Amino acid sequence: MRFERRADVSPVALVLAPFAAILVALGLCSVLIAAAGVSPLTAYAEMLRGAYSSRLAVTETLTRASPLILTGLAAAVAFRAQLWNIGGEGQFYIGALVAAGLGHSLLAGFPVPVAIALLMAASMVAGGLLLAGPAFLRLRFGVDEVVTTLLLNFIVILFVGLMVEGPMKDPMAFGWPQSVPVEGDLRLPDLVARSRLHVGLLVALAAVAVVWVVQMRTVFGAETRAAGLNPRAAAFAGVPLGRTLMLVAGLSGGLAGLAGAIEVLGPTGYVTTNMSPGFGYAGIVVAMLAALHPAGVVAAAVFVATVFVGADAMSRATGVPSFIADVIMSVSLLAMLTALLFTTYRVRR
Amino acid sequence: MSDAIDILTSASLWAAVLRIATPLIFGVLGALLCERAGVLNLGIEGIMTAGAMVGWLTVYMGADLWTGLLAAALTGMAVGLLHAVLTVPLGLSQHVSGLGITLFASSLSYYLYRLWVEVGDLPPTIVAFEPVWIPGLSELPFAGEVLFSQMAPTYLALLAVVLVAWVLARTPLGLALRMSGENPHAVEAQGLNPLAIRMGAVVAGSGLMALGGAFLTMATFNSFFPSLVQGRGWICIALVIFASWRPGKALLGALLFAFFDAFQLRLQTVVDGVPYQLFLMAPFVLSIVALVLVARRARVPEALMLPYRRGER
Amino acid sequence: MTTPSRPVLGLNRITKRFAGLTANDAVTLHLDKGEILALLGENGAGKTTLMNILFGHYTADEGEVIVNGAVLPSGQPRAAIKAGVGMVHQHFTLAANLTVLENIIIGSEPLWRLDSRRAEARARIADIADRFGLPVNPDARVGDLSVGERQRVEIVKALYREAQILILDEPTAVLARQEAERLFATLRGMTAGGLSFIFISHKLHEVMAASDRVVVLRGGKVVAERKTAATNPAELAELMVGRQVARPSRAAHPTGKPVVEAKGLSVDERGKRELDAVEFQVCEGEILGIVGVSGNGQAILGRALSGLARPSAGSLTLQGTDISLLTPRELIRLGLGRIPEDRHAEGMVGELAVWENAVLERLHEPTFSRRGFVRRSAARAFAAELIGRFDIRGATPETRTRLLSGGNMQKLILGRNLAARPRFLLANQPTRGLDEGAIAAVHAELLAAREQGAAILLITEDLDEATALSDRIQAIVKGRLSRPIPSIRADARTLGLMMAGVWEAHDAV
Repeated sequence: MRFERRADVSPVALVLAPFAAILVALGLCSVLIAAAGVSPLTAYAEMLRGAYSSRLAVTETLTRASPLILTGLAAAVAFRAQLWNIGGEGQFYIGALVAAGLGHSLLAGFPVPVAIALLMAASMVAGGLLLAGPAFLRLRFGVDEVVTTLLLNFIVILFVGLMVEGPMKDPMAFGWPQSVPVEGDLRLPDLVARSRLHVGLLVALAAVAVVWVVQMRTVFGAETRAAGLNPRAAAFAGVPLGRTLMLVAGLSGGLAGLAGAIEVLGPTGYVTTNMSPGFGYAGIVVAMLAALHPAGVVAAAVFVATVFVGADAMSRATGVPSFIADVIMSVSLLAMLTALLFTTYRVRR
Repeated sequence: MSDAIDILTSASLWAAVLRIATPLIFGVLGALLCERAGVLNLGIEGIMTAGAMVGWLTVYMGADLWTGLLAAALTGMAVGLLHAVLTVPLGLSQHVSGLGITLFASSLSYYLYRLWVEVGDLPPTIVAFEPVWIPGLSELPFAGEVLFSQMAPTYLALLAVVLVAWVLARTPLGLALRMSGENPHAVEAQGLNPLAIRMGAVVAGSGLMALGGAFLTMATFNSFFPSLVQGRGWICIALVIFASWRPGKALLGALLFAFFDAFQLRLQTVVDGVPYQLFLMAPFVLSIVALVLVARRARVPEALMLPYRRGER
Repeated sequence: MTTPSRPVLGLNRITKRFAGLTANDAVTLHLDKGEILALLGENGAGKTTLMNILFGHYTADEGEVIVNGAVLPSGQPRAAIKAGVGMVHQHFTLAANLTVLENIIIGSEPLWRLDSRRAEARARIADIADRFGLPVNPDARVGDLSVGERQRVEIVKALYREAQILILDEPTAVLARQEAERLFATLRGMTAGGLSFIFISHKLHEVMAASDRVVVLRGGKVVAERKTAATNPAELAELMVGRQVARPSRAAHPTGKPVVEAKGLSVDERGKRELDAVEFQVCEGEILGIVGVSGNGQAILGRALSGLARPSAGSLTLQGTDISLLTPRELIRLGLGRIPEDRHAEGMVGELAVWENAVLERLHEPTFSRRGFVRRSAARAFAAELIGRFDIRGATPETRTRLLSGGNMQKLILGRNLAARPRFLLANQPTRGLDEGAIAAVHAELLAAREQGAAILLITEDLDEATALSDRIQAIVKGRLSRPIPSIRADARTLGLMMAGVWEAHDAV
């Protein structure tokens, strides 16, 4: 068996690949569902019902998708530049922490929209700086960023726990420790009344548009693309590799940090140590399903949100453990990876 | 201060070091085998989780502990085979495949556990490994507790270090494995199959990793619960670099980490006012520091992470 | 030489096709015992593919390989080794981090063995080294060895597996003249012991000097077979190329003021002095040629002139201004054009479109960007212009660059540099791996640029190219530069001596 490079990658194949991958994943996971004694078709129907059958369900799915769009974008931006940012989870949390912390004490006196914008900006800076560290270690010391970003996730989450149980603890909250909330009106307005869906979705979509334009039309986007595809040639052509990498790190970390900010400013207004059901890691799946394209990230994020929201409802209805959602996602990732292979290579005997 | 010295001189600390190091030793050896052959295996966290679950479940369902270990190892090898197929003949990104495998193996483990095990207020337990009793040796002061009263899998881990070191350095198979990680074209040019060798290394390494996970549910704790592995797999990945991909240094690295872990655990009980999270952060911070210190001098296997495609130069 | 010849190796109608290209077309040849056969052809003629089939790296689509009367199972290096065929690859198949001993014994023992028999292996290696005059140190780390030493390890490796037929792929590509001569003398000695050799080359003088017979390949086919004693370089050249390709000739041209000057320029890398106090001067309207065997500092000289290596001592100036510390982007802005040594690794980003590569170096100019946004239509128009003006075949502005052939890619690189009307152009191995037609085109463009007043520094391994294009020539040996000589005085002997580091000979000039 030999692989021969195809002359060109057909865009049709790139669009079909994620669908093929998802179908394969759903197919393989039906075995697991059957093992639970439930008909897979029933289960998947319940999933769709749980995600879309009512106004509440749809808004819930979209609410879930908002931070996923941003963490997916963060991963896509980084991976395109061959920067393996696995630290989306940590960058999310640091952004959330900064938004909650500043939103509680420091931003009195600003008009609300300005304050919210400042909080989001601060979260982006925090997330960007967090990723800048590993990026710098790679540039200066050759340390692989995969390991450092992963390890940082654990450190940041522990740090959030420390803050939420300590200096930022909300004395009025009973049960699970949470941070003091942001000032009353420093919250993102609802997009749909009496639902959890908030303006954060629009912020995420705006980010997608901005990233798309930057990547496709700007000099920075062109240079970043070149640096990701062939760093030696890009350096020869004058692209400053170090500076480009740091800027990409700032952007990617910033997007993940922004995800944390909208999750605080939207649904709850405060931080807890379990507010992320793995948004950072799910972002990587989203990015791969989208084949690293900004537009694809939206669709992929909605898919992943569907699976998670749907799985919760399906689990309640049928008794299939809700972990099936993570299994579906991870198998989709692996299937997508394989599908991408076949869009680039042809198999020959 | 005197508290610290008391802790440092207590036999229980050093006994704990070996105990805490055991899963790390298995994990590092496993990762080392994969990487020396040229494949980065980021599935380690998931493989350890899977090994932990399957080992525990096998015992829960009535088998003896050694059968449980065997089941865990076989599970690890099966998951490793998946990673091997994706990254070696298919040549997919080792980073993304590994992460996908971790997510897959972890979530599948949690799913199957939830499906097959009744969980009440507290997770169900099994009768785990007990420290061995060697007549005469186990009664020695200090050394008796530290060296001769460990649990059986710990001795297995130490044996594994010797075996892996021997195989890599002295056997033709080990040489072929090493060369597959340095220059697979050279391996092919000498009539061997670098793809098969790489896959074999990943499968074997994954088996070792799974044993590390099984130790957690069959010795350290006696039940299985989510987030059991708690980043140990990633620490092992950092440790491999720290150990310059050598088994002897890997053992030292694992012991060093275990020492810090055991020390801070005991320090917590005597030091007031310091949030426990800082202690928990220590191993991760230490890993990053270790990586930075070693990075410059690291002699990485030259073909690590480069997929080998026949005929493509 | 009256021993009857017996073929030990035969290739019968070997055919191999890759996507859209027939690399070998019904190739038939044989090798006699004790013979040194040269396989001659241009780059891309199919020589390496043929040898890869012989050794089992590739499987032939049609035809068979016969070794000592038996058909060789195809696609298995193990079968080839067992039949006594050994190969010394052009890009050495050695692991730099392992020792010589380990590199030699890999694959020679069954994998199930519990302990490698190293003492035995050492004894055998010492025996081979003695018998054939190939001294190697079993405990040395391969990464620490020189190129010549590594080649020796490759040869010992093949002999350790008891090869009777040895294939050498471009064995002298990285050797200096004396090392090459020594190698061929060694091979000649080994034929007395019953070994037979095939070596691949595109160097005529080498083929004439070292082989008994020569087979010429062109476009995948065997076009001729000659006894070496019965032919001459001119005939071989014509057979190799298939037609008379006129390379453009250089007309005398007045030169102007110095544009780029280096004085006492030294570059250290990883603690070693890679470039040692070099001095040169390139003037307007002249081509200065730097010749040398690969691996003597050309790469680092190229990097220093491209802004990718920081000088540790000395000066590098552009019309008086110090440019030694400038970044590649700043150099490009000052009008320095660079053609990199490796067009795939350094010259082009293969996955990008032709228009994107055409303007990659110049994105910050107002022609191609406005307020940070790329002016795509201007860039595409520029690319279309380049395609037309420089006859870049098989390309539109949208074509993915890696689909271009080597020659067309090189024309694109040249074109994007020349279109910017550079004051200075660094051309590093500009025709490596190209066919005659492309070489002629590149030479024509370089000479045209020279006529328009550009100062050109040409780094090349091809002596013919150096003498044809350069006005003056310097040799680079172990990071040091000889003094320049006018190219009229550069005959084969003088150049050979210069490249060997013997500089007193021409000092008297």
